[in-house]
Amino acid sequence: MLAMNVVVCVKQIPDPAAPQSLEASTNTLNRTGKLIMDDSDAYGVEMALQLVDKAGGGEVTLVSMAANGEVSGLRTALAMGAAKAILVSDDALKGSDALGTAKVLAAAIKRTQFDLILAATESSDGYTGTTPVQLAELLDLPSITFAKSVTIDGSTVKVDRQTEAGYDEVTSPLPAVVTVTAGVVEPRYPSFKGIMAAKSKPVDQVTVADLGLSPSDIGAAGSGQTITKVVDAEARASGEIVVDEGDGAQRIVTFLEGLKLI
Amino acid sequence: MAIDKILVLVELTESGPTATSLELLTAARGLATTVEAASWGPGVAAAAGTIGEYGATTLYDIGDLGGALPGVPVAGALVSVLSTSGASALLIPTSYDGRDIAGRLSAKLNVPVLTNVTGLNNDDGLSTEHPIFGGTQIVHAKFTGTGVGIYVIRAKSFTAEPAGGAAAAVVAAAAPAAGNTGTATIVARHVEERSGPKLDEAAVVVSGGRGLGSANNYAWINDLAKLLNGAAGASRAIVDAGWVPYSHQVGQTGKTVKPTVYLACGISGATQHLVGMKGSKNIIAINKDQEAPIFSVADLGIVGDVNKVVPALIEALKSRG
Ligand SMILES: Cc1cc2nc3c(=O)[nH]c(=O)nc-3n(C[C@H](O)[C@H](O)[C@H](O)COP(=O)(O)OP(=O)(O)OC[C@H]3O[C@@H](n4cnc5c(N)ncnc54)[C@H](O)[C@@H]3O)c2cc1C
Ligand SMILES: Nc1ncnc2c1ncn2[C@@H]1O[C@H](COP(=O)(O)O)[C@@H](O)[C@H]1O
Repeated sequence: MLAMNVVVCVKQIPDPAAPQSLEASTNTLNRTGKLIMDDSDAYGVEMALQLVDKAGGGEVTLVSMAANGEVSGLRTALAMGAAKAILVSDDALKGSDALGTAKVLAAAIKRTQFDLILAATESSDGYTGTTPVQLAELLDLPSITFAKSVTIDGSTVKVDRQTEAGYDEVTSPLPAVVTVTAGVVEPRYPSFKGIMAAKSKPVDQVTVADLGLSPSDIGAAGSGQTITKVVDAEARASGEIVVDEGDGAQRIVTFLEGLKLI
Repeated sequence: MAIDKILVLVELTESGPTATSLELLTAARGLATTVEAASWGPGVAAAAGTIGEYGATTLYDIGDLGGALPGVPVAGALVSVLSTSGASALLIPTSYDGRDIAGRLSAKLNVPVLTNVTGLNNDDGLSTEHPIFGGTQIVHAKFTGTGVGIYVIRAKSFTAEPAGGAAAAVVAAAAPAAGNTGTATIVARHVEERSGPKLDEAAVVVSGGRGLGSANNYAWINDLAKLLNGAAGASRAIVDAGWVPYSHQVGQTGKTVKPTVYLACGISGATQHLVGMKGSKNIIAINKDQEAPIFSVADLGIVGDVNKVVPALIEALKSRG
């Protein structure tokens, strides 16, 4: 293929390193503050950039849904080298579940040209792992999840797919949806030049109305599930923490003996 | 009131239903008046005995898929199975194929999926438990949509127990033609050799993390696992770094393990690692950082250098013969 246009789904999430909280009224994750690019999606962005490079033409388009209109995570991916982004943001999207998210992403992706859609196997904050496959079904496309490697051969995508026993070689005609595992490629760090260039790259901001979606399909109303309560898990009894004074190994042996494992 | 009917999607390996599938059949039996099962592959009829023993009365046989990836054809077949069966809930094991099938089915039926379920209760209808924040809190949720509820359930959420039922009655339920969505094809399979007990079945799991310092030092983990007749596991950091294959990974995106003893060597204890191992009966951790979160779940914590403690432990175990 002489040109590859790749869409990458990029989720913007609250910084996982910061303390996380639930919103009091809905018990859903508080996503109101600054959002960053989900680390899991950095692999998809890198993979897309490499595939476009190898093809010798085409571009990488990012697609993201974030109710609060956040773009910082997208700027990071644009700084890595993506050409442009579509951001769907709307108050009505708050509380969307995976299927609702997939409907939004599908409608947004229909606005652009693509040969391949990449996503992560699962997001860091939602980790349902179903959004990309739901997206594929809504777009009437084949999908291959858990890719450890992705190559393009003409109009076919070839994937080594992780399995319980090892891996399978799987092929699919393009266009298709592929989810990539962490570690498939080494995501590049945005260069200073990349960061500067990202500031002026186009981010097409669209609303639910622009996409012609029905409010009953999205947001909390469309999620078809409700949180009834949140309780503290049973805590483990605190154990014995000791500083190794050369006796660490012996303490472990004694512990294992106590359990009659040795 | 008991739930009328639950359908369980059973995954098969060459040796029969997977452990998680049997766990789901057992859980379904405790919740519903009738349990039915659906499965695919060449060995469905041969598994009818086991599936019946764990409580299913009917087994829908989706058949052999040839080289197709299961997501699309199995979801297609489940659409008609569900309408024949009339089950109000479908339980699916969390696995590579399980998630694909759930996602496809969800979009086909326009119903949500409840994922990462670790508990099921009958609380005026089926209600679910989902661990969050590294398992420190449990969210209870309910499917409120119309139609069938789809639940993707994590391994080891229940204990599998046979009930001694008769073999399930096998009913053919072939997959419909898939069209464009079904064009992904498996062209070759590769099996990675492993020896010793399986990671998710072993009584002892010895796991290594980035604190080991280098891929070479993972040999210690293999040695310890062998000496303790256990299985060798890993954090995602060293799987991503290519030190060990993904099949070793313990945690949210890897295996859930609940051994008698879990020994964590040079693992920090990130929330995504903890959810995969904090159900272990006993946890031993070796980490040089007193503040490492892994110590918050450890029964025995050794604040020390793995380069010293681990080789010494290997020597001590060897000298016992
Ligand atoms: C969506 C998502 C899913 C994830 N899924 C998983 C998963 O399934 N499983 C998983 O494990 N992780 C998972 N992670 C990654 C997780 O967040 C952590 O990054 C990972 O677990 C860290 O691995 P580690 O403990 O080996 O490395 P680090 O966090 O780097 O910890 C290394 C530890 O070794 C200690 N150490 C260093 N040197 C020594 C020494 N000489 N002696 C003793 N101790 C030493 C350090 O004090 C430190 O605590 C996931 C992350 C995301 C975002
Ligand atoms: N709001 C979103 N915006 C863009 N991509 C998303 C969004 N939600 C999920 N995805 C993509 O789908 C993957 C799986 O997400 P999840 O189903 O939440 O585990 C993510 O890693 C992203 O690649």
